[in-house]
Amino acid sequence: MTGAVVDLREEELPAGSAAPVALAVRGASRVFPTPRGPVHALAGVDLSVAHGEFVAVVGASGCGKSTLLNLVADLDRATSGTVERADRVSLMFQDATLLPWLSARSNVELALRLRGVARAERRLEAERLLALVRLHGAADRHPHELSGGMRQRVALARCLAQGTRIVAMDEPLGALDAMTRDHLHDEIERIASEQRLTILFVTHNMREAVRLADRVVLMAHGRIIHEQVVGLPRPRVMDSAEVATRAADLTARLRSSEGAA
Amino acid sequence: MSTVLTPVVEVPAPARPGAGLPGRAWAWAWPKLLAIGLVLAVWEALVWTGWRPEYVLPGPATVLAALAEMLGTPKFWQAVATTLTRAVIGFAVALVVGTLVGILVARIRPLRLAVGALITGLQTMPSISWFPLAILLFGLNERAIMFVVVLGAAPSIANGVISGIDHVPPAFTRLGRVLGAGPLAQYRFITLPAALPAYVAGLTQGWAFAWRSLMAGELLVIIAGRPSLGANLEFARQFSQADRLLATMLVVLVIGMVVDGVFAAASRRIRRRWGLSEA
Ligand SMILES: Nc1ncnc2c1ncn2[C@@H]1O[C@H](COP(=O)(O)OP(=O)(O)OP(=O)(O)O)[C@@H](O)[C@H]1O
Ligand SMILES: [Mg+2]
Repeated sequence: MTGAVVDLREEELPAGSAAPVALAVRGASRVFPTPRGPVHALAGVDLSVAHGEFVAVVGASGCGKSTLLNLVADLDRATSGTVERADRVSLMFQDATLLPWLSARSNVELALRLRGVARAERRLEAERLLALVRLHGAADRHPHELSGGMRQRVALARCLAQGTRIVAMDEPLGALDAMTRDHLHDEIERIASEQRLTILFVTHNMREAVRLADRVVLMAHGRIIHEQVVGLPRPRVMDSAEVATRAADLTARLRSSEGAA
Repeated sequence: MSTVLTPVVEVPAPARPGAGLPGRAWAWAWPKLLAIGLVLAVWEALVWTGWRPEYVLPGPATVLAALAEMLGTPKFWQAVATTLTRAVIGFAVALVVGTLVGILVARIRPLRLAVGALITGLQTMPSISWFPLAILLFGLNERAIMFVVVLGAAPSIANGVISGIDHVPPAFTRLGRVLGAGPLAQYRFITLPAALPAYVAGLTQGWAFAWRSLMAGELLVIIAGRPSLGANLEFARQFSQADRLLATMLVVLVIGMVVDGVFAAASRRIRRRWGLSEA
């Protein structure tokens, strides 16, 4: 394990000048002690993400994706291994986690406020972000008055409101219809490139991963089993043949490793 | 004769009671009016049976007449003012003490282990059992009453704070960390609002205990020249004025219910806003 850490460092040093590393996960394991014995949610993950890179993480349910994001966002500590980040990480939770006593707008405004945005600007900025996720009409509604997909979009707006340069998203578009999702793909891609965001994006949808990411990381049983730079020209269309072919290829890889383990 | 077929026509419904403001007021009022009617009927029936002579157990009509007469005397209003002032001050002190203690106990682990159980113990202790001690400590005066009212209400309020803070969903705390909230901001924007429904429940219970303790106190600690509802109860008993006694009891009941209604309304509002209840 120590060997792996040294190797990675050596690899990164020359690359550091060209694409400095925003996130570096080295040999990270996370073991949850449970009454039924320890659960190895992560078993030695090495992952480094360059500044401005968009990485999608795909894997079966329970393979450790959320656990990885929690480590990256500093919400949890690795049992062994290290995580380094160049900036604070804003995390968009898998279940949205909106504060029920605040309206959609106020949920977004709270993120702005905690980031130190002046009161006068907060309202406008929150409106802008809500419009971005196509929720301007629902700004004054409380979370229990929103649908699951709407809540996810508020959480996405709030995540963008945090203004960090590294963003981790846990299945942010899981509950959305195809049209809204396509729109948000465009927006996320645009914001990511405009603001040079570093994004770690968890999804179950392989085509979505290929549509959005610079690099797709496949996980199974707490390990990274394959990485692939996508390299298709942008803008990409989710239903295009190239995306479909690449996604099918990656899915096959994931299947075979799932079966092997 | 064949069945008469009623034409299937949507007749515009006559303005339903339950729509406008009068309708809602009626919907709110009728269960209460029904309850009052039931009580009066049972009471009247009890009087009719002649179980107790009229001068010990007067009927509703006599009592309401006594109440009407009482409402016209400045002395009665003085008594209400004294009692309400005590209630408000006592509850306010309990609110401050209970909230502070609650926050400290919820925050500081050793304190929690030391006094957490004690607070619950105090809460279950009948506050009237404090009076002999309070009278020894302070004498027969306002301070003795305040002491017991605060002791009656503060533990419930503190427990409300503690359970509210304990039950903040961990996901909200994690969210606060992700949003970059420091400990103070975490408290202000996450913990306190999340704890509010439990806090209001604690306040409601605290009020009920404060009101009970206050009545007990006013019966035991009668201060010359300062009429109060409790003292009026005691005097009415001593002079065998059963109608005034029952009338005063009605006033005590109504005040307690009105204040409780205010708390209940606040609690409903908060629960609705927090998405904890429907409608
Ligand atoms: N707090 C915990 N205590 C015990 N086990 C846990 C805990 N959190 C996660 N696990 C276990 O760790 C494994 C990985 O969980 P994780 O939430 O990271 O999966 P995931 O890849 O995000 O799955 P999904 O796609 O369903 O969200 C699972 O087997 C899960 O049961
Ligand atoms: Mg997950």
